[in-house]
Amino acid sequence: MSGGAIAVGLAGGVVAGLLGVGGGVLFVPALVFFVGLGQHQAEATSLLAIVPVALAGTYRQDRYGNVRRRDALLLGALSLAGAATGVALANALSGAALRDCFAAFMVLVAAQLARRTLAHGG
Amino acid sequence: MAGRGVARGGAQRLGGRPASRTLKIAAIGSAAGFFSGLFGVGGGSVMVPLLVLWLAYDERAATGTSLAAIVFIAVFAASTQALYGNVRVLDALLVGLPAVAGVVFGTWLQQRIHARAIPLLFSLVLVASAVELVLR
Repeated sequence: MSGGAIAVGLAGGVVAGLLGVGGGVLFVPALVFFVGLGQHQAEATSLLAIVPVALAGTYRQDRYGNVRRRDALLLGALSLAGAATGVALANALSGAALRDCFAAFMVLVAAQLARRTLAHGG
Repeated sequence: MAGRGVARGGAQRLGGRPASRTLKIAAIGSAAGFFSGLFGVGGGSVMVPLLVLWLAYDERAATGTSLAAIVFIAVFAASTQALYGNVRVLDALLVGLPAVAGVVFGTWLQQRIHARAIPLLFSLVLVASAVELVLR
């Protein structure tokens, strides 16, 4: 089953680079399906897996001139309270409740992505 | 909406930086952080559309800047999750290391193609995975 996790990691990276979306939202179900982690462990592990991906993606995007560094720093700094709140809330929920919320989030991400594509695709 | 935001931001410029713009960045960062911590994602799905909509970013600058912000968000959220004992380092490497190769390729590809089929196909994969996650 490791092969599945590796394949999804590869695919998640491609989508993240291409769409700026989709590392974690694929990593979490991959870790549940292929590695057998619970929802909480899958989410926490996905966060760590995202770090090298975001670093590599940022390095590449910066070379293409696509990173507005000042805004990125500000976004990162101003996200910390929200992130702490999100982690605390996740750990306050049961695995089943968190899984259902996550599934709903996936559908919203999908809908938003489809809408954005159809609106901008021309 | 983006046009209105720019016009208003220009009118309220403070010390070279419009105050309303900083407030929007604070709102976007907070929302991204919250969803990142709650769902174990980077928060790009929240940041990219809001950067485009509120700050008139183009798609590539939005994805690039979002990825850079995610470095900070994911490090902090993963560290916080580690305090709860939820992080599996080896499994993270299993998924994260191949993803590094993937993101380099994906970023290269982004500069060259504009295929609408890819995000639409990805949307379908997400919906299918969501259904599988709940029903299995």
